Amino acid sequence: MAAPIMAREFRLGGAPHLPAANSVQKVMLKVLLALLPGIVLSTLWFGVGLLLQIALACVFALLAEAAMLQLRGRPLRPFLSDLSAPVTGVLFALCLPPWAPWWIAAIGMLSAIVLAKHLYGGLGYNVFNPAMVGYVVVLIAFTRELGAWPGLGPGSALEPGVLLHAVFGGGQPWDAMAQATPLDSLREQLGQGRTVAEIRSGPELAAAVARSQWLALAWLLGGLWLLQQRVIHWQVPVGVAAGVLIVAAPLWLYDAGRHASPLFHLTTGATMLGAFFIATDPVSGAATPRGRLLFGAGVGALCVLIRRYGAYPDGIAFAVLLMNAVAPLLDRWLRPRVFGRSR
Amino acid sequence: MNGTVALHGLHGGMHLPGHKIAASADASRECPLPPTLVLPLSGYGGSLARALVAPGDRVSLGQELAHADGSGAHVHAPAAGTIVAIELRPVANASGLHMPCIVLAVDPDARTDERAILWPPIPDWMHADPRSLLERIADAGIVGLGGAAFPTALKLGYPVELLVINGAECEPWIACDEMLLRESAMEIITGARIMRRIVGATRMMLAIEDRMQEAGAALRAALDTHTDIQLVEVPTIFPQGGERQLIRVLTGSEVPSGAYPVDIGVLCHNVGTAAAVCRAVVHGEPLIERLVSVTGPGVRAAGTWRVRLGTPVEWLVAQAGGYSADAARVVLGGSMTGTAIATDAVPIVKASNCVLVLTAAQLRDPAPELPCIRCGECSRVCPAQLLPQQLHWYIRASDWDAVEDHALRDCIECGLCAQVCPSHIPLVDWYRHGKAELHLRADARRRADAARERFEARTLRLAETEAERAQRLAGRGKQSADAPLDDPIAAALQRAAARKAIDGGSDHGA
Amino acid sequence: MIEAVLALGGLGVLLGALLGWAAVRFRRADAPLVDAIDRILPQTQCAQCGFPGCRPYAAAIARGDADINQCPPGGEAGVRALATLLGREPKPLDATHGSEKPPRIAWIDEDICIGCTKCILACPVDAIIGAPKLMHTVLIDACTGCDLCIAPCPVDCIHMLPARSGAAAWRAPRPATARMQRIELVRVP
Repeated sequence: MAAPIMAREFRLGGAPHLPAANSVQKVMLKVLLALLPGIVLSTLWFGVGLLLQIALACVFALLAEAAMLQLRGRPLRPFLSDLSAPVTGVLFALCLPPWAPWWIAAIGMLSAIVLAKHLYGGLGYNVFNPAMVGYVVVLIAFTRELGAWPGLGPGSALEPGVLLHAVFGGGQPWDAMAQATPLDSLREQLGQGRTVAEIRSGPELAAAVARSQWLALAWLLGGLWLLQQRVIHWQVPVGVAAGVLIVAAPLWLYDAGRHASPLFHLTTGATMLGAFFIATDPVSGAATPRGRLLFGAGVGALCVLIRRYGAYPDGIAFAVLLMNAVAPLLDRWLRPRVFGRSR
Repeated sequence: MNGTVALHGLHGGMHLPGHKIAASADASRECPLPPTLVLPLSGYGGSLARALVAPGDRVSLGQELAHADGSGAHVHAPAAGTIVAIELRPVANASGLHMPCIVLAVDPDARTDERAILWPPIPDWMHADPRSLLERIADAGIVGLGGAAFPTALKLGYPVELLVINGAECEPWIACDEMLLRESAMEIITGARIMRRIVGATRMMLAIEDRMQEAGAALRAALDTHTDIQLVEVPTIFPQGGERQLIRVLTGSEVPSGAYPVDIGVLCHNVGTAAAVCRAVVHGEPLIERLVSVTGPGVRAAGTWRVRLGTPVEWLVAQAGGYSADAARVVLGGSMTGTAIATDAVPIVKASNCVLVLTAAQLRDPAPELPCIRCGECSRVCPAQLLPQQLHWYIRASDWDAVEDHALRDCIECGLCAQVCPSHIPLVDWYRHGKAELHLRADARRRADAARERFEARTLRLAETEAERAQRLAGRGKQSADAPLDDPIAAALQRAAARKAIDGGSDHGA
Repeated sequence: MIEAVLALGGLGVLLGALLGWAAVRFRRADAPLVDAIDRILPQTQCAQCGFPGCRPYAAAIARGDADINQCPPGGEAGVRALATLLGREPKPLDATHGSEKPPRIAWIDEDICIGCTKCILACPVDAIIGAPKLMHTVLIDACTGCDLCIAPCPVDCIHMLPARSGAAAWRAPRPATARMQRIELVRVP
């Protein structure tokens, strides 16, 4: 009744023997989850238009991704399910006015996925942040559509009919309903010779700034969770904040009438979103700890400079792309010391 | 009793789930002798031990079977029996290639409670000549039992300031050192004191992990009121038990890249090694057994066994209740750095601390390998402070100069980078490949340099011989007595001519 | 107008002088180039390139008398390294000089060897020891596997064996890469 002794076959494989628990999909999913507080708050203020833009951008991003994978002969499943295309889509959509026409998302996502991502080799190989490439392309090409934002606040949310007409039907309500963002106002009115204090004392702007600060808090919340989850590294947001301070503080101390305070710069526009979600993109950013710090500082500093002296009210996108270009150099310069070696 | 030691921080590392309860819940057990023992002749490095026996020979318990002439360790008979063969057998190595082994048929009446006393015990080792102690350790064939298997006597050959006894067994699943600390604390302490006498260290530390409560209590009891050994509890962080990492944590100094701990006056030995030293010196026993944890969900009854060297893994697993139905991979060592073996005929050797059996469900990779997204998690956990992702790129691109520049040789292959990689890249496999290529390159360069030197020396010699011959022919005509061959200027001119002959060799061309 | 001419002219003179000075100051002597080429060559001294050793071949490349693809032991990697050093396009190995082979070393069958010393004279690196009428043997650490001792042997007692075999030859292989992320390395045409 003794069973014949059979030589068992065992599976070979290199160490470590237990598969990694983390995955690209999980990392991307966490980024999407961390964006939720800000998305919810934005939707409350801007209306469902934002959700529509997010949906549009994600659909176009996935379509472009699928088409490029097919053309390049790469498998669809692992790359479509890694969620990197939706992250690009959401970050892009968050930069758009909620009533932007649908073809803005289409053109933006084609630029992001085809131009910035797949022409460089797809996931992991892109030199520039795809979402920001997409955004900058449409920002430069369609200044009018991108520059008009509806007023912030519960009362100013668009009627669904108007929204659908604006997005899909070519109806353009912005002349009547557009309202300047805090950064727009600052830029325009500083140009008219008014002081920062005068500009900020206007009741409408004060409310807009307050809401913008709440939104910054929401991004911060998500960002801190990402830090806790070890999805992003602290060096980037700290670097961005330091960069903003380094440029904005001396200007503000020199002439507070002509220059906004560092806190204003940190809490308005896309600074917080950029610091925690855009500049932290690992693929196009720096990979060494000190490199990340300098990368973040560059983004923060350039952002303030572009806001103050550039042609656009906000500068995060341009700042990130410029720093993307120098990230490999930073990594080369700032390699960490190896254990048991001197620098 | 133990003065507090200020611990130093370490870059990277991770707190990993220990999975140690299974192998350390019960007391260690004696593994019965198998019918056949397999004893590899390959030791540390590539050199083989020289077999002193032939097939058919009867051997007694503890008898020396093979002698290591260079760097290596002697092989002793773990049981009395008959040599059956000296042949190629599968052993635990990454290549899966078979290595020469002595195969020993164990006498049916051999028992595990018999002790092999080969040499006169030295109970009075405090007053013995350190050199005789060192000789005894070499004779006993003791190697580092932490896994590296470097010959202990070689490591003890230099005077040091600080002796560290390493009981910080940080790798998941393995519990043999913890069991030894709990059950043989006095042996470890005695072994440590013997080693201290040999190397003349002024300080001695015994590091254990802060989770080893029972081991700590046993050690404190064994130390009693003595203060010659500082008992240090280090945080349970992988790979804090690595030699260089532990020295950094305990002293704050880093062993320089390419150097050894002795270069900064520190020596680090595993607790198992210390116990083996004690047994060799105090009792006169060679190293013929060790503690091995048999664990993982793929075995039915995990535990830690006292195993005679040469026992096949198959036999040992059978003592642990055999394999579960879904056992899929057998690893010698822990889950992070162990070696998967193709067959369980592989024997337990001096370096084997754990037999880990994993199931198919555990091995299933939840996601396919994707390109690196440069998330930087690998460099965050790397205890060697390397840039694993850059290394990976350069090895892939076969850019060996850049690989060398990024300090691949300082990688300790702890496996953490691969364990945290969201893209599931087999980073350690890449580093092993890279190290092999670097090794090959260095070897080729060394050979080329030697060949160049020999070629130039030969060319010079031929030119000199030729000149000498010409001189002789000319001299025969002139009968000149003072040939200018001893003239240093002429000799130098000749060498220059020879050099030119090499460089300007186009007229020899085909 | 005159200022512009002067300024540009002055700049030209200045830069020209600088370039001239740099050309003299940082002149690259020929010998270092030969050394650099020689360092890349495998030092097999096999003469397959058509020159009586690696250094003569290096000198010929430096002079422009030989192409960079004549060294089979150096292989494609060697050609690429030479191309990088000299700033030229890599090219495939010239098959008329032989093909790339795994490293080998000579082994003398001492039962057959008659002790004629012909192989000793042929060895470019003095890797064979022996004396007339006495056994010859190969120093395996010094042998470059050049094959030059094979032809002179009157009794064909020299055989070329793989330099490494068994466990010593094993090295960790390149991990298999999934198709989805393979980097297409550009091969030398």
